[in-house]
Amino acid sequence: MPWSDAFIASQQTADRQPVAGRELSYTEALNEALTLALALDPNVFVLGQGIDDPSSMFGVTKGLAEQFGAPRVFDTPLSEEGLTGICTGAAMHGLRPVYCHNRPDFLLLAFNQIVNHAAKTHYMDNGQTHVPLVIWSAIGRGWGSGAQHSQAIQGLLMSVPGLKIVMPSTPYDAKGLMLAAIADNNPVLIFEHRWLMKQYGAVPEGIYEVPIGKGVYRERGSDLSIIGTSHALALAQQALGSLKTQGISADVVDLRTLKPLDHQIILESVKKTGRALIVDTGWAIGGVCAEVACVIAENCPQSLKAPIKRVGLPDLPTPAGDTLEQYYYPSQQTMSAAILELLEA
Amino acid sequence: MVIKFPYQGSDFTACGDLVKQHTPEFLRQLFYQMLRIRRIEEAVENKYHQDQMKTPIHLVIGQEAASVGACSALKKSDVLYCGHRTHGAYLAKGGDLKGMLSEFFCRLNGCAGSRGGSMHLMDKSVGMAGSSAIVAGAVPIATGAALSIQMKGEEHVSCVFLGDAATEEGAVWESLNFAALKKLPIVYFCENNFFSVCTPLEERQPDGVEIYKKAAAFGLHSVQVDGSNVLAVRQAVAAAVARARSGEGPSFVEAQVYRWRGHGGAGDDSDSGYRDPAEVAHWQKHCPVDGYADLLLGEKRLSVQQREVMEQQINDEINAAFQHAESSPNPTEEDLYTHAYCN
Repeated sequence: MPWSDAFIASQQTADRQPVAGRELSYTEALNEALTLALALDPNVFVLGQGIDDPSSMFGVTKGLAEQFGAPRVFDTPLSEEGLTGICTGAAMHGLRPVYCHNRPDFLLLAFNQIVNHAAKTHYMDNGQTHVPLVIWSAIGRGWGSGAQHSQAIQGLLMSVPGLKIVMPSTPYDAKGLMLAAIADNNPVLIFEHRWLMKQYGAVPEGIYEVPIGKGVYRERGSDLSIIGTSHALALAQQALGSLKTQGISADVVDLRTLKPLDHQIILESVKKTGRALIVDTGWAIGGVCAEVACVIAENCPQSLKAPIKRVGLPDLPTPAGDTLEQYYYPSQQTMSAAILELLEA
Repeated sequence: MVIKFPYQGSDFTACGDLVKQHTPEFLRQLFYQMLRIRRIEEAVENKYHQDQMKTPIHLVIGQEAASVGACSALKKSDVLYCGHRTHGAYLAKGGDLKGMLSEFFCRLNGCAGSRGGSMHLMDKSVGMAGSSAIVAGAVPIATGAALSIQMKGEEHVSCVFLGDAATEEGAVWESLNFAALKKLPIVYFCENNFFSVCTPLEERQPDGVEIYKKAAAFGLHSVQVDGSNVLAVRQAVAAAVARARSGEGPSFVEAQVYRWRGHGGAGDDSDSGYRDPAEVAHWQKHCPVDGYADLLLGEKRLSVQQREVMEQQINDEINAAFQHAESSPNPTEEDLYTHAYCN
């Protein structure tokens, strides 16, 4: 889909802001993280379907096989459950696999190994084994991706004990969270969003980690708290930008990690503003939006000046056609309307 | 009388040469291991109705030769995984009996700290690396262990025990394909006991398509062996281990065995109708423990007196282990919350 790449590029470069320091693209930042990890630790290896093909996971794994050799960077058979179990077993025996998927939809084939095995082994054997496994995938959207190539399944996994789930949204975080995930001794799932992957940003050289389990303020304001991750938060932040002329200001809380969830930053912000808009790239019910809303409702209901509002996907599979898609995905206008409704409530 | 799955071996009639390959001490050790597993399982079964071992047991009585024969070909440093029927694999690999029984009694000092129960016995000090209660779940994990061994250039071998029903799961074939592709140092040891809970093989797999031949079609060295003959099992697995250790890649060994008890719990449940009790009686005539004892007695590798000493030694060990388990501390509420994540 070369034209889809062009579309994403046009979306992301239109509002490219100058930044201080060295600038890298999102995929370059991820590529650098993997390069550094492979160079640092002989136990790290990277695998996935098409990892060394011309598109090389959107460029994330470009050149790694040439630089580090086939035993450490290799393409795989189409065996998602088997390979996830193999990665789990390899991790249990001292290696640090990074298993990459073009889309999270394919992780659904591997739920047995992710949920029953990788997530539970450390607890189930009373801490005798650890599973330093990274599973990386990029959420797709648009151009007919449809119900089976666009799913954002973080909400499905959020209630599974033993997993860590991160969703970066800047090149800086993408690199720092990838390095933190590889260094972590637990299974970590990284969900990227394809629509963020053409952005540029300041990325320091060398190894650094963004702490897993810590959110960050992207903006500080007083009227409401916008809480979420990834592309959904970026969209909400754009909406907020368009409302600034109306004198509206908000805390924009990028959770960065969904599990373990940073309760402190959520509650700190909502206690201050009294209004919460929670956004996610996944389905609104039963997932990230629902959990964050519950954390607020359980811990600081007395701070709320208005009912909590959430913007996620409707309780429907993704339609493939672009006309239906426009109605399916929240837009900047959806986000703006949600912000205004929350302030008027 | 319906015997759907008759014993197809030749007992120990042609084992003279095999006996000569091993020292008397080694031959006796194989017997001791099988007898020990049999007696431990019987003791667990006898006390199970007391409801103090609150764990779903899957007795390995009748399948001891498979456990012991396979593990006798592995070194302590080789890693072993298995499915839900863990007791035989764990004990044959050298797993600690006290840790096992404490786990059965849900005590803090159980081999998995009361987190795993009987389906998750492990003892990393002897290479008993773990198990999965999801059928075939440990097969890819053991394959990953083999990948780790290969990537680190270690000398070890990975082995996994799976049942006949596991070969109906896709993950097994995904694993075999990958192991053959990468020439991984692993032995897939399939204990075909013909039943998945109460469902016979004939209702699950097409007649005449043998499991070990399917594995061969995936590019593995694959053999079928009489799983009631400890020497035959040992020979087949030793050859597979040698291949793995010398870089020749993965092997598959199908051992035909028969479980004398029900799928889970104490006692035989044949009278519930899923198999003819006569089939159990038929296999009991080919007992892997007694048949082997008769061979060793006949070949003058074991004396009646030695056997009596073994019985006494095992009995004492079992009594001490039960006493240990039953007097061990229970976990506290605080113990629930440890190891949620690894630091």
